[in-house]
Amino acid sequence: MENVGALALLLAFCISLYSIIASVVGRLKGKPFLTLSGERAVLAVWALVSTAAGILVYGLMTSDYRMAYVASHTNRDMPSFYKFAAWWGGQEGSLLFWSWLLSTYAAVAVLTSRKTHRNLLPWVVAILSTIQLFFLNFNAFIASPFQVLAVDKVVTSVADGMGLNPLLQYWAMVIHPPMLYLGYVGFAVPFAFAMASLIEKAPGESWIHTTRRWSIVTWLFQGMGIALGSAWAYHVLGWGGYWMWDPVENASLLPWLAATAFLHSVMMQEKKGMMKVWNMVLIASTFFLCIFGTFLTRSGIVSSVHAFAESPIGKYFVAFLALGIAATVWLILDRLNYLRSESDLESVVSRESSFLFNNLVLLASCFAVLWGTLFPVITEKLSNEKISLDAVWFNRLMVPIGLFLLFLTGVGPLFAWRRTSIDSLRKNFQWPGIGTLITAAALFAGGMRYPYSIISLSLCFFVTATIVLEFFRGANAISEKTQSGFIPAVIELTHRNTRRYGGYLVHMGMVLMFIGWSGHPFNETSVGEVAKGSTMKVGAYNLKVLDLTEGELSNYTWETAKLEVTKNGEFLEIVEPTRRFYKAAQQATAVVALRSRLNEDLYINYAARAGDKATLQAYVFPLVEWIWIGVVVLIGGTLVCLVPSKVARTYTRTEVVGVAKENAPVEV
Amino acid sequence: MRKYAKFGILIALIVGSITWVATASIQSSKTYYVTITELNQMGHQASSKRVRVGGDVQENSIVRTAGVVKFNLVQETKVLSVVYEGRDPLPDTFKDGAQALAGGRLDDSGVFHAQEVQAKCASKYAPKPGMAPDGLQKKITTEGQSSSYRSSL
Repeated sequence: MENVGALALLLAFCISLYSIIASVVGRLKGKPFLTLSGERAVLAVWALVSTAAGILVYGLMTSDYRMAYVASHTNRDMPSFYKFAAWWGGQEGSLLFWSWLLSTYAAVAVLTSRKTHRNLLPWVVAILSTIQLFFLNFNAFIASPFQVLAVDKVVTSVADGMGLNPLLQYWAMVIHPPMLYLGYVGFAVPFAFAMASLIEKAPGESWIHTTRRWSIVTWLFQGMGIALGSAWAYHVLGWGGYWMWDPVENASLLPWLAATAFLHSVMMQEKKGMMKVWNMVLIASTFFLCIFGTFLTRSGIVSSVHAFAESPIGKYFVAFLALGIAATVWLILDRLNYLRSESDLESVVSRESSFLFNNLVLLASCFAVLWGTLFPVITEKLSNEKISLDAVWFNRLMVPIGLFLLFLTGVGPLFAWRRTSIDSLRKNFQWPGIGTLITAAALFAGGMRYPYSIISLSLCFFVTATIVLEFFRGANAISEKTQSGFIPAVIELTHRNTRRYGGYLVHMGMVLMFIGWSGHPFNETSVGEVAKGSTMKVGAYNLKVLDLTEGELSNYTWETAKLEVTKNGEFLEIVEPTRRFYKAAQQATAVVALRSRLNEDLYINYAARAGDKATLQAYVFPLVEWIWIGVVVLIGGTLVCLVPSKVARTYTRTEVVGVAKENAPVEV
Repeated sequence: MRKYAKFGILIALIVGSITWVATASIQSSKTYYVTITELNQMGHQASSKRVRVGGDVQENSIVRTAGVVKFNLVQETKVLSVVYEGRDPLPDTFKDGAQALAGGRLDDSGVFHAQEVQAKCASKYAPKPGMAPDGLQKKITTEGQSSSYRSSL
């Protein structure tokens, strides 16, 4: 079986190579049959990689402990769900997972655009196959998932595998990696289309239209992956944090930031024909940051709390990145003429300029995070001292940047294109502006003394007000015209221009997350050693220890504290924070007692036991729940963006460069 | 051209202030990553700098007493005794043999006083090489070569 899998990967490697050659030669020599065979080769690669993946998954599910990968990532007691998830649990498997996702994306790209993009497709195929080849090189030769265990060259099996760390046996942790991978891998497709249109000097923005859905879906996956990781940290690790600027976290944030900038600036190109070079740079940066992220998490060049199999694959990534970036830069420089802007910036107070600043700030923050993450590597190279920057540095920098972005979220969509008149400024911003100042004053009068929280919450009010006003004005106009109710009018409005109103919903999701983050300075902590009958306080809560018990189950022992929670003398509930110790793994995990409410979370972790006393960590985290609500709203808004608009509007604008066309229809 | 001057000033302002905040905060939040050998060579300098030192937690070296936890970090042949005086209980991943990072300062007697300890969140656990019950070897099926298995089962 495993020989078949290894053979499939080897064949896939050869066919990918063929696909690159056939596509490029076929296109250059004008041989349609050759390019067609290149496209079919992509499908063949998908079939082969799927076969290999199927064999690995079969091995995992049936506990075939002759296979090294299966033995080191699963054990017999594991639920099938986790056995399946072991596919991406380790180095070899996750690289195969990467390959498989890429081949799937490539196959879908070929199937969906072979009718519409005949001239671009050979290049798209060639670029995707090159990336595929790079990963298949790992799968087939360097980190094969099909290695078997052997003693003196005789294949043997072990009785039971080593299993998965119990800390990771949590639903969010199982879907967190595939979500991130779907994001990481997915940006390859828009990148391939962008480069293909550069190579072909294709007129218009067809690559943007074609890949708009790809980019949005991929961006969504990436965002969900990040959010799931943070939710896992919060709910499972027992310290109540959701983000600590660890290099691995940063690696996932970087492409997301670049992609966010890209999603905004393509609108400039579609509507005004501006920022063409910039968009090429952004999509290329996003893609290379994805590869860089994969490299960072696997090569071990920076130390992280996240452990990954460290292996010599780093140098391949460095080579791939260097060649890829060099080729992209050369291509963009060579085609600068083709990327000339069609219009000019006119005013600082305009939609264009708000996009420009949004992009600038997103990219600056991306660069700052990259700099901070690589700081130990840079200082080691320069001065032979490895110096790291901690979370304090990142927060000092990223909090103001985040607030500025939040501000732009409020003002940007309301500025008019080209320039904004004083009248329209007044109409759009008078009431939200006054309301914002009142909010800030009220927060200050209410005793809030943290400037960032005051600014953040006031800006949240501001952005919410502008978004609500937009919906209200639009829906009012519709409901007057059609005599329908307000709610149907809102739905109608959104359906007419899903991209715009879905976008507002995404912004609203971000606002809710900012509300959650604003609660951070008000966190309260209390650590205490308590015995049965004693009490401890955290914030307004009083925790009375009713009982301390312990016990043993087949795979773990547990200790728990039974606590009576009262707030201001009023009984709320009984909670039982627990600590488990998994015997096989020799690993303790916390089962945190969490009481989530919209205003605050009460979070209790059973940390340790000493004699008849237990160490409890109790926290009050105000507003944290809003972060997760914001994520849900953001996902909903993104899905709305993906629904086709009911009214397909066309903007006319003159094409300056490319094949002569008077008016290019632009789908909005 | 006044228009471009305005854009130029705004862009310079944003980039400038980000750069300023970034460089100004480096001083206060930088931490030196060192090996145990380097830490010992730093001498009295070590007590003035915030330092992070990594290593494996020595087997059976963890001693928990009221308020403090003592343990030894091992890096190759060097051993560093660490006293953890931080407020937060140690993470679940902190245990014998775990890879840990201790942040703090070295005192004159060569004991490291840690304010924070991070232990690696292992995505899988594997016994350390050399502790394995039998010397299994892996065979690379695609190539037919054999090489010793990285962490023998």
